[in-house]
Amino acid sequence: MITTDITIIGAGPAALFAVFEAGLLKLRVHLIDYLPQPGGQLSEVYPKKPIYDIPGYPTVQAQELVDKLLEQSKPFNPGFTLGERVESLEKRGERDFVLTTDKGTQINSKAVIIAGGLGCFEPRKPEVADLNRFEGGKGINYMVLDPEKFRNKKLVLAGGGDSALDWTIHLAQIASEVTLVHRSESFRGAPDSVNKVFELSKQGKVNLLLNSNLAKVDGNGVLKEVIVQNKNADDSRVIATDELILLFGLSPKLGPIEKWGLNIEKNSIEVNPEDYSTNVEGVFAIGDINTYKNKLKLILCGFHEAAIASHSIYKYINPGVKYTLKYTTVNGVNAF
Amino acid sequence: MAENIKITVINKGSEQSFEAPDDVGLNLMEFLKATDHHEIEGMCGGMALCATCHVKVLEGNTGEEGINDEEAAILETLPEVFSNSRLSCQIKLTDKIKNLKIELV
Ligand SMILES: Cc1cc2nc3c(=O)[nH]c(=O)nc-3n(C[C@H](O)[C@H](O)[C@H](O)COP(=O)(O)OP(=O)(O)OC[C@H]3O[C@@H](n4cnc5c(N)ncnc54)[C@H](O)[C@@H]3O)c2cc1C
Ligand code: FES
Repeated sequence: MITTDITIIGAGPAALFAVFEAGLLKLRVHLIDYLPQPGGQLSEVYPKKPIYDIPGYPTVQAQELVDKLLEQSKPFNPGFTLGERVESLEKRGERDFVLTTDKGTQINSKAVIIAGGLGCFEPRKPEVADLNRFEGGKGINYMVLDPEKFRNKKLVLAGGGDSALDWTIHLAQIASEVTLVHRSESFRGAPDSVNKVFELSKQGKVNLLLNSNLAKVDGNGVLKEVIVQNKNADDSRVIATDELILLFGLSPKLGPIEKWGLNIEKNSIEVNPEDYSTNVEGVFAIGDINTYKNKLKLILCGFHEAAIASHSIYKYINPGVKYTLKYTTVNGVNAF
Repeated sequence: MAENIKITVINKGSEQSFEAPDDVGLNLMEFLKATDHHEIEGMCGGMALCATCHVKVLEGNTGEEGINDEEAAILETLPEVFSNSRLSCQIKLTDKIKNLKIELV
């Protein structure tokens, strides 16, 4: 079990800035996000878009802001568990919480911050029977966490967006066989990637099945084959494969957070705006996930909430200890 | 003078009708959210980036020539689309539209 002072659910901008604010108070933080990378909506939905309402930055690209936040929090050495969804939050006693993920990772901390944004980014799944039989390490994947897992394997990828194209190009270099299945005749992703995929197909390095849909998955405990149906010709083929990677984008769902006994209103967690505490003592909520009177779902507001919540947690963890605010200009940033 | 657009929404088999103004610069996603259709998330605020506003247009002219490149590119990433699939944030509610019948996906 990982032990820390504060566990943060989510690794979006509010969470990343909370690492810094908590660090100034000498509190250690561990973050958990279902996405394979930190940055929340900024990295997942609009990495290349400019943002204009971050104080002090007339304009900043979303991914650049995430990179800067990571750099800023680095002295405090946060722990990251990525690619895992927090399923349960258990309060064992005062200042004693245990969070458990879908992969069984457990984190014990004195307080919890929920910075879950609009919810957990969950994969969109096609309507194909039995996908769940092969989820969780039995052949079906919805994201690529570690490409090395696919070295020398037979792979089928499905999807038509940039991530399907990019992973096809990358994995074609290390897998033993790569098939890309796409619903329509052409791609509308980045032209460079589209050209590269067609080139790999010509060279015989990628087996490209256009106008095709995934119709069936089959196996015996683990995935063995997929059946792909061509939409025009009445033709279906069986492709033997080790792994199937379904890349149809992600959309946020509140998910497990709903079941933790928190007061929820319209998919958001009600908090006290004086300290961003929830109805469960020791559990705080910041960023897009919380709601209170006059709430604005903006990055800037998440930053403010991160600072207040960190101080609230300091008081919760150290009852009776007096704290005087110290400027970073005076005290600097003392790494640990 | 501004006229209202009649919008019929089908959601899981049940049908509801609304009147939308055609002169305040709303798009269909924004209008649907204002009618308390929480199924429509509109996460990206209407930038054709997230596809959380996907609908089927069953009847009515959407007032434009067709789907632009950004919208087409995002529809392409979904596991399932239909011949009448649209991102509702890309349908502007203007006086070019008289009535619309849509189904939430
Ligand atoms: C296209 C677009 C443009 C935007 N433009 C601006 C702008 O110009 N200015 C501005 O201020 N804001 C803008 N926003 C809003 C801004 O992105 C959000 O306010 C911000 O991302 C909220 O940060 P957050 O840290 O609260 O959550 P998020 O960024 O949503 O991150 C939350 C993370 O928590 C994870 N998570 C949730 N539940 C779980 C769980 N159970 N287990 C594991 N992980 C979980 C999610 O996977 C997610 O990665 C924009 C948003 C979009 C989509
Ligand atoms: S609101 Fe995001 S695509 Fe329409």
